[in-house]
Amino acid sequence: MRKSKRGLLAWLLLMAALLAGSLLTGHGGKEESIQTAMRDAVLHDVNRVNFFGKAVNPGLISAFTVTAILLVAAVLLRIFVIPKFRYVPGKLQLVLEEIVGLFDRLAKTSSPHLNGFLGAYIFAAGAYIFVGTLFELFGFQAVTTAGHSITLPAPLSDVNAAIALGCLSYLIIVSGGVAGNGIRGVGLALKEFSLPISMSFRLFGALLSGLLVTELVYYYLNLSFVLPVAVGVLFTLLHALIQSYVLTMLTALYYGEVSEPVPPKAKKGKKAGKAAA
Amino acid sequence: MNIPLNIDWQQILLHLLNFAILAGGLYLLLYKPVKAFMAKREGWYQQQADEAEKTRQEAEALKAAAQAQADAAAEEAKAIRVQAREDAQADVRRLKEEAQAQAAKILTDAQAAAESSRRKVMEETQHQVKELVSAAAEKLVLSSDSAAFDQFLELAGKGEDGDAS
Repeated sequence: MRKSKRGLLAWLLLMAALLAGSLLTGHGGKEESIQTAMRDAVLHDVNRVNFFGKAVNPGLISAFTVTAILLVAAVLLRIFVIPKFRYVPGKLQLVLEEIVGLFDRLAKTSSPHLNGFLGAYIFAAGAYIFVGTLFELFGFQAVTTAGHSITLPAPLSDVNAAIALGCLSYLIIVSGGVAGNGIRGVGLALKEFSLPISMSFRLFGALLSGLLVTELVYYYLNLSFVLPVAVGVLFTLLHALIQSYVLTMLTALYYGEVSEPVPPKAKKGKKAGKAAA
Repeated sequence: MNIPLNIDWQQILLHLLNFAILAGGLYLLLYKPVKAFMAKREGWYQQQADEAEKTRQEAEALKAAAQAQADAAAEEAKAIRVQAREDAQADVRRLKEEAQAQAAKILTDAQAAAESSRRKVMEETQHQVKELVSAAAEKLVLSSDSAAFDQFLELAGKGEDGDAS
């Protein structure tokens, strides 16, 4: 009882100290207007990061960071967890199996004829979108070419990343069409010519909207208390889930549609014509 | 050429390269081994299920065989019971006939024995009567009395009549 009271008191003191610190240190004057901040969040034309001598959008650095994090986690899991898998799974094994099984099932149900490659692709895409969206919560810092410190955004809030993933998903769909139906499959996939644009900008719009709301909230000091718990954390979690699900499901559905074998058309008209003649 | 929205082809290609590395790495490090393990476990459970099914079928077959054996035994027992009943009935009939035959024989023998005894008694009686008559006649003759001789004849005549009736 006494221990819990002491803990509560320490927590309250910490909160008070942080609040006082944030109020006393002040902002030191706004370096950029809200218009500039919002415009930069969309276009990334002001705060750029140096990448081997080239100024790139911070989203690209985020993308490489997310990939590094995911690959390191995968290597650790592969070395320390997967060899200890048992027939009756533990908690971590259950989580891993459930994630892999989720995308595998999605691939199998959406595209029953051809799904081996699709499952692997949507697993990677789902993990990338989910972790990439949550990435903005951790506040990784980078230094811009102008020497300012910025928080790295979600990779897919960069239009280039969204275009890359949208177009790649479309190419995967076309490849499914070719694998399932040959040249006819290409025709089936090309019918959905708006897909790369819609997928890219759906991702970009969804991630960007989250980023803009977060930018707006953090720009004003008065909005920076309590509100970020809902806006920053809950909304980010929610749309990380939603965007992962939407892109993977759309890719799987279109892939299944174009890779489904088309039965050869019966030449009824010709036969009927010949019979009539 | 200035593309709107700060779209940069080089960065798009870098994003593609980044994602290709990620997808390949995740496939090799996580997706493939986890799926392989799940397939292995599914195979193991399938094998267990198949073995259980096989054992169940064997048990069903054994049960059916035992049931057939029990049915055959019941049929056999029923046949034996019927046969035993028929044998018993035949024995009863035979014993009854034998008893009846024996009884008839005993009766016949008894009748024959009785007849023989009666005949013997009659013969003995007749013999005794003859002896008595002879003795009486001798007595009368010896007394030489005509009246007595007549009386004797008269009595002898009466005695023959009585025997005849």
